Amino acid sequence: MNTMTNPNVSLPAEWRDFLALTKPKVMRLVVFTGLCGLLVAPQAINPVLGFTAILCIALGAGAAGALNQWYESDLDSKMKRTAGRPLPAGRMDRQSALHFGVGLAFFSVILMELATNMVAAAVLSASILFYVFIYTIWLKRRTPQNIVIGGAAGAFPPVIGWAAATGNVTLLPLLLFAIIFLWTPPHFWALSLFVKSDYANAGVPMLPVVAGERVTRHQIGLYTIPMAAVAIAPWALGLTGWVYGAAAIALNAVFAALAARVSLRRSIPGDGMKPEKQLFAFSILYLFLLFGALVLDHWTIGA
Amino acid sequence: MTPEEEQVVRERQRARAKVMAWLLGAFVVLVFAISIAKMQLGG
Repeated sequence: MNTMTNPNVSLPAEWRDFLALTKPKVMRLVVFTGLCGLLVAPQAINPVLGFTAILCIALGAGAAGALNQWYESDLDSKMKRTAGRPLPAGRMDRQSALHFGVGLAFFSVILMELATNMVAAAVLSASILFYVFIYTIWLKRRTPQNIVIGGAAGAFPPVIGWAAATGNVTLLPLLLFAIIFLWTPPHFWALSLFVKSDYANAGVPMLPVVAGERVTRHQIGLYTIPMAAVAIAPWALGLTGWVYGAAAIALNAVFAALAARVSLRRSIPGDGMKPEKQLFAFSILYLFLLFGALVLDHWTIGA
Repeated sequence: MTPEEEQVVRERQRARAKVMAWLLGAFVVLVFAISIAKMQLGG
């Protein structure tokens, strides 16, 4: 692979660096929500084809992550959290990252179409294009609302999983999309409150940097309301059973309590931002448990 | 390039080639399994 385009890179990248480009940690949630979408679909899918569909979702997410790192290597080098990534750390040249990302994107979409159907492949390609062009290139550096609209990119997996099994998209997968879409702002803004200086140094117009901490805290509280409403909607509309309904109510009550605490407080220098870190950590658990409850509900009650 | 650097380059190339070989092997198995699954479905 060419290593001559970046004078800081003299050695070929290790395979681990290509793996790191795919953001494997972020991929866990993507794969899990995609798998849940596939498992709760009314039509069972052949296990091999189901495995391939989840693999394609993971590869597509990896491709989007690689292209994101290719485009943002200048930003990543300015932030402590991301400075160790292969491109800003000088372990890989940009052209290799671009070729890897584009190749993986095409591979994932083509394999999805061959293994499952055109609808799943189309939604997968839309999710990759949305993340790269709408979020990374267009919104992220321009507007503090970047994460609100960009959150849609991470909301596609359950729709793709559902489409892979059924070949269509109905109300339930759209509600699952809406849950992740509305969950992303409070999840990400909780993070951005305690890594604010990182974003400010890099010039990323994250809400706490542009509008201040108070506005961000209010927005976290405000976004929690529609998120909770949409999370409970599948049960309220009769699309799931009481197992999911009970889990959704309990999880949203905890989320709302943690979000209210973050929303109503003001940080003091040196206070460690514990409530914000707790909300961020719980938000990840929340999504895992909510989607897990959905699958459990489907298996036990079969609504 | 110093002999040490050349050694590192070779090691990395060898490791990447090994990973690529495993991935290609896995892909062949996967395509075979997909073909069988599709045939069972009559697709």
